[in-house]
Amino acid sequence: MRYMMLIHHDEAALAAAPQKELWADYAAFNEALSKAGSGMVSGERLQPSSAATTVRQDGGKAEILDGPYADAKEQFAGYFFIDVPDLDEAIVWAKRCPSSKYGSVEIRPIVDAEAKWK
Amino acid sequence: MTAAGEASQVAARVARDSYGRLVAFLAARTRDVAGAEDALSEAFAAALRMWPADGVPDNPDAWLLTVARRRQTDSIRRRQTRTAGEAHVKLIADEIEAAAEEGEAIPDRRLALMFACAHPAIERGLRAPLILQTILGMTAEDIAAAFLIPPATMGQRLVRAKARIHDAGIPFRVPETEELAGRLDAVLDAIYAAYSKGWNEVGETGIPEIADEAIWLARLVVSLLPEAPEAKGMLALMLYAEARRPARRTPDGAYVPLEEQDTSLWDDSQIVVAEQLLRDASRDGPSGRYQLEAAIQSAHTARRLAGVANWPVVVQLYDHLVALTHSPVVALNRAVALAEVEGPAAALAAVAPLATDKRMLGYQPYWAARGHLLARAGQPADAAEALTVAMGLTTDEAVRTYLAQQLAALPRA
Repeated sequence: MRYMMLIHHDEAALAAAPQKELWADYAAFNEALSKAGSGMVSGERLQPSSAATTVRQDGGKAEILDGPYADAKEQFAGYFFIDVPDLDEAIVWAKRCPSSKYGSVEIRPIVDAEAKWK
Repeated sequence: MTAAGEASQVAARVARDSYGRLVAFLAARTRDVAGAEDALSEAFAAALRMWPADGVPDNPDAWLLTVARRRQTDSIRRRQTRTAGEAHVKLIADEIEAAAEEGEAIPDRRLALMFACAHPAIERGLRAPLILQTILGMTAEDIAAAFLIPPATMGQRLVRAKARIHDAGIPFRVPETEELAGRLDAVLDAIYAAYSKGWNEVGETGIPEIADEAIWLARLVVSLLPEAPEAKGMLALMLYAEARRPARRTPDGAYVPLEEQDTSLWDDSQIVVAEQLLRDASRDGPSGRYQLEAAIQSAHTARRLAGVANWPVVVQLYDHLVALTHSPVVALNRAVALAEVEGPAAALAAVAPLATDKRMLGYQPYWAARGHLLARAGQPADAAEALTVAMGLTTDEAVRTYLAQQLAALPRA
């Protein structure tokens, strides 16, 4: 199954973490993902939520907000894709991801376009 | 029992046994539990309708599969119009056909399905009901009654949970050793709930078979996990209860409470096995809920040897159990045991806090226990009220008759 792994960071906790070790952990994780992770390994890291802009349209009127869509402790920070047999495998990759120590990794199955036509 | 009634029971037993295995088999292939249940429900209903009259077929699994396969194939065709779907259909059809020809050799995936239902990604309170429905074919109504939840709510939750198993990609397999212990509790709770269902409602047709099935599942878990003390504790608990089954009713079907049971009717062979399991379990590790409950049953069965029950020990064991589970049902049982040590007034004081628990208000044993305690405490008017509510809540004719006798025996105010 294909899953999108949505990384949410507690930005304060991340900033307080020992940066050298954090990025070493991340380099190792990325290496593991590209060597051992089956299927798609693409992912992106995002700028912090302070760089976010949020747009909503209501009755033809656009509302443009300076900041992320929700003022939460944990903010969306990046994502990667995996293609694994089941949820247990996805959970293992989420545990391996260093970000799970500084926030959370949400595991979302991707809609299978083939199976959508019920 | 009439020959027709017996045939009907045998047919139901075989059908239920096949049903659970086939749901597990199909669901493990398609990851679609609801679909597997749908596919088999017609075959299951047809079997219950036809087998009592025509006899159980030589190969019940094959009979059910023939009907089920047709349904499952149709359902997949409807959902997946592309070529990948066609290949999938063929795979399933071939595998089921091969399995059906082998007869007994259809792989038993029930344990794997149980662990899928007890996966951490499934809401805790739903794991047990899910196992009961998928493995034993119990209806949402029966499960709701056992879990003290409204039937409509239970039905909706079960539907959502099955969708989640499919959508989230929860695997159908027995977990690796290191995760196993954590996942086991939910599985044990479900098996035990199935057993309690069979134990409490002995009057209903088909229900004792669920108890047998639960014991079978418990044995399977014990054999798979010989290192797990709680699995042994649970099986021991079930066997103690089974040993007392012949003494629970008089020959004409009247209900006999534990204190009045003829201990010579208890089945020693099952008690011996239960005692051994309990000894093994407590040697292996710390006491869990099932080991404590089994120890309470062990204390009850000691009456067989000593002639008198050891109620203070029973109360102590219940104290540990209340601290561990915080269950109102356990608190109720503790109060009943306490009555034998400190008298009905102390027991009534212990029961008092339960009166504000909404779950207790619809729980028949709560009212029955209250009624008995009030009668013994010399409060016949209050006792009559509680026993009347208990009668109104019971679905078992023998228990109703017993309660009516208790009610009639109360001194007139």
